[in-house]
Amino acid sequence: MTSTEATSTGATSTDVVNAAALTLGDDALILSHRLGEWAGHAPVLEEEVALANIALDLLGQARVLLSMAGDEDELAFLREERSFRNLQLVEQPNGDFAHTIARQLYFSFYQHELYGELAAGDGPFGPLAAKAVKETAYHRDHAEQWTLRLGDGTEESRGRMRAALDALWKFTGEMFQPVDGIAVDWAALEQRWLAAVGDVLERAGLALPEGPRTGAWAAGAGRKGLHTEPFGRLLAEMQHLHRSHPGASW
Amino acid sequence: MALGTGTGTTAEPGAADGAADLGAADLGAQLAAAFDAAVAADERVEPRDWMPDEYRASLVRQMAQHAHSEIIGMQPEANWITRAPSLRRKAILMAKVQDEAGHGLYLYSAAETLGTSRDELLDKLHSGKQKYSSIFNYPTLTWADVGAIGWLVDGAAITNQVPICRCSYGPYARAMVRICKEESFHQRQGFELLMALSKGTEAQHAMAQDAVDRWWWPSLMMFGPPDDESAHSAQSMAWRIKRHSNDELRQRFVDIAVPQAESLGLTLPDPDLKWNEERGHHDFGAIDWAEFWDVLKGNGPCNEQRIGQRRRAHEEGAWVRDAAAAYADKHAGKASTESEARV
Repeated sequence: MTSTEATSTGATSTDVVNAAALTLGDDALILSHRLGEWAGHAPVLEEEVALANIALDLLGQARVLLSMAGDEDELAFLREERSFRNLQLVEQPNGDFAHTIARQLYFSFYQHELYGELAAGDGPFGPLAAKAVKETAYHRDHAEQWTLRLGDGTEESRGRMRAALDALWKFTGEMFQPVDGIAVDWAALEQRWLAAVGDVLERAGLALPEGPRTGAWAAGAGRKGLHTEPFGRLLAEMQHLHRSHPGASW
Repeated sequence: MALGTGTGTTAEPGAADGAADLGAADLGAQLAAAFDAAVAADERVEPRDWMPDEYRASLVRQMAQHAHSEIIGMQPEANWITRAPSLRRKAILMAKVQDEAGHGLYLYSAAETLGTSRDELLDKLHSGKQKYSSIFNYPTLTWADVGAIGWLVDGAAITNQVPICRCSYGPYARAMVRICKEESFHQRQGFELLMALSKGTEAQHAMAQDAVDRWWWPSLMMFGPPDDESAHSAQSMAWRIKRHSNDELRQRFVDIAVPQAESLGLTLPDPDLKWNEERGHHDFGAIDWAEFWDVLKGNGPCNEQRIGQRRRAHEEGAWVRDAAAAYADKHAGKASTESEARV
């Protein structure tokens, strides 16, 4: 189908690809931002390096994806909260190190499965996914290693890890809401994700949390521009300098 | 250098052939003389070589302070990561702060070759027994400060550090070779950031000028007290840990920075700054040494904030480090139990 051909909803295929690029790009952009907040606060120097490294990979992915959809800086700095399409999971505050690791575990396993499938296909996200999947393999390994250490470390670390996994669980259902323009088998992706994350948690002496994987506002809400309260503050901080100097180059 | 343990000259007193009939004092004098000769001949001292206790202590002090500066120095720049005005600048800044953590790791490793440990050095940083560069006690108040730090602070650091690439202690010299390559890159990026601001809108230009006005004098203070008040200089130079005096390096930095400021289209906040044809150098105004000593004593604008954040990160991270250690113990235990079972 060419870009001028209309779909049943009236959107052109270019619009669909742009919207999908924005969706994946926003996930990477916002999680990168959260990880950037760790700089200078990590529990050990090696984690200063590792968390910044992951943040940089994600920012690199975000820049490619946002550039597919338009001007990366206009899209990052001049959209308002209701126009962002990222998952609610990635905008969640860092919390303690266990919260950050639980968020990384959930997201990096998701992203790795997703990019693995996109890299194998011949769609518009193939080239990006082929590069990104190498990065997400590293992110996944980092999250897995820390989940094992925290889960199978001390009483305190196990308790904190369990609390973090529980607290973020309700944001995981949204990851598998189908996104227009991304041709993957979402149900199969979800099954693979559950199996892989479940396996790590079992080896860590933990288990997949029980309870719903969506809240009243959570199922696909971030994808529709409905976010949680901390997100507005994140954007205020991220965007204020850019917005204070309209039209300036940096 | 020629004093390696393999040569026999540095073995434990009494253990080396022929050492038995030497008095301990004679042996000590011989070792010291051989050390001095090797250093004078520009040979590298390596971890297992004999070295004077004072040389070891002086290096630990300097390398620890250097490592601490990299770690504390992450804070003023990290302060702007979440507010960087473009995604390109944000990526550059994140990469820079990450490099600084890496530099800290190199330097702690290099210091550990002298028989100390990273944990011990971090404890001394947190308790205030060891210092870090006074420059990081100044606040980053605008985005332009990120550029001013890159250009001036990293520029001063490079001027200081390039000669350390030829320092007499091998592990320190080798760490500095790697660090200086990355620092030069950061410095060019800082310069380029300021250039974009200086040539940008009026407000951006003003922001750049204000940052340079605030960072210029603290950058000159990075070279340390004047030569006649520098406690460690003479000995460090004799040991070839240092190659040039504080004042020499400061002058070199001023001479490099002045034309760079001109090409940036920014002024330096010193009415006495002018070229001296006779000396072949720039003359510059008097440094406020009272401010320097005050900041060094802990009364700078951010001393408490910087050390407070570092302590907090360490204390709040204790349970994470404990978990990693407990996990390692358990699994080391498992591995040995398994191998015992196999036996």
